[in-house]
Order: sequence, then structure tokens, then C-alpha cells
Amino acid sequence: MTLQHYLVLSAILFCIGLYGVLVKRNAVVVLMCIEIMLNGVNIAMVAFSRYIVPTALTGQVFAIFIMTVAAAEVAVGLAIVIAIYRSRQSVDVADINLMKW
Amino acid sequence: MEIGLAIGFWVLAIVTVVSALAVVLLRDVFHAALFLVVSFVTVAGIYVTLNADFLAAVQILIYAGAIAILLLFAIMLTREVRQGSPSNRLQLPALIIAVLMLVTFISVFTSTQWKISAQAPPEASTGPLALTLFNNFALPFEVASVLLLAAIVGAIALVRER
Repeated sequence: MTLQHYLVLSAILFCIGLYGVLVKRNAVVVLMCIEIMLNGVNIAMVAFSRYIVPTALTGQVFAIFIMTVAAAEVAVGLAIVIAIYRSRQSVDVADINLMKW
Repeated sequence: MEIGLAIGFWVLAIVTVVSALAVVLLRDVFHAALFLVVSFVTVAGIYVTLNADFLAAVQILIYAGAIAILLLFAIMLTREVRQGSPSNRLQLPALIIAVLMLVTFISVFTSTQWKISAQAPPEASTGPLALTLFNNFALPFEVASVLLLAAIVGAIALVRER
């Protein structure tokens, strides 16, 4: 296995997630696609760490921070989605245009 | 050993990509969330093939455990299961952008001369990882814990009944 295999896999995951983020109308599914994108980035981080600096482990530390931020993001994001659902009975991102002028 | 690693990588990679595609393409939100769990677990397997055993365990705990359950709860609480996960009108432009980005990424990744190190990775990554995290990255580690605290307080404040 070479570094390129892992990088191409991470690029494929990132682009699948990107397509979902751009296309989906359900806010929860958009959050799920963001998680796919973050997973793709994490694979690239760990692969760089394994093949470029195997003993320093910097990429793995970065992956841990990305996971932390992802957990915080999904908690706050889902709280916002549920709060919006309570006031508007919808999680369609096309309906959530409160801050659009 | 090497051939086993290659077989493992290809199986995990194909399952990961297929289940990620299922998340994006399936109309049933609940099934999409379950396929997301499958892709989280196979990504943990990919970490194992990269000698990142601690990260694989954390991936299972945080992603397949916490985040997946949180997403399933959100799907059930918002009762959007009946409406499925429809797409908007941007399907074709989004597909073009995604494919263009994929082509760009792959051409850059395959044409760059990476400086591959010949050193062997540590046998177990947890100990060296802890040393790095608490020596060189002690301040970011503390900032991350403050971020988690802020996220907890923010999430509770957002969904609290008034």
C-alpha cells in the first residue's frame, strides 16, 4: 500500500461528502455528509503521518483535534436543527432563510 | 503480511466508498444514517492498516458510538423520516463541482513526489501519541477541552424549553 492509495480514498470520500452537502435539503443529512468529509480529511492526515513522519505522529494528533471539533460541531449543529424544527416544524434547509436578506 | 494488508485495504476502502455513496443517494434518512455507521466502522479499519490503533479505537467510540447515536436521535426527534432526504435543484452543478475537485485532487496526489520516510512506525501508537499530545500540543489540548465545554453548554442552552 502506498501513500497515494490512501490519499485517493480520502479525496473520493471528501468529494462524496461535498456532493451531499451541496445537494441535500434535509439539514440532518447535510450534517451527516459533513461528517463524511471530515472522515476523508482524517484519513489523509493519518496517511501523511504514517508515510512522511512515521515517528513524530503529528498527523494523528491533528486527527484527534479534528474529531474533537467534529463532535462539538455535530452537537451544536443538531441542537440548532432541533431548535429550528421546534419553531418552524421543518428541517428543510431551503426553508431556513431567516438570515437571508 | 503485505498481501493481507493490501486485501484488507481494498475491502475496507470499497465498503467505505459504497456506504458513503449510500448515505448520499438513499432516500430513506434512517437507512442513510445506518450506512454512515458502516462507513465510520470501516474507516476505523483503515486506521488500523495505517498503524494508528489508538485512533481506530477513538473512531469507533466517538463516531460509531456518540455521533451516530446523536444523529439517529435527531432524525427521530425531527420526524422527517416520512419526507425522506430529497435533493434540491443543484444536482448537476454539484456533481460537476464534485467530479472536478476529485479529478484535481487525484492528479495532484499522483503527480507530486512525496518524501516517503523509510522509518518504521512505532509498534503501539498510544504511548508516543500521549507524549506528543501532552508535551508539544498541551495548549491546543486544553483549548480543545474548553471548546467541548462551550459546545456542551451551547447545545443545552439551544434546546432548553423556555
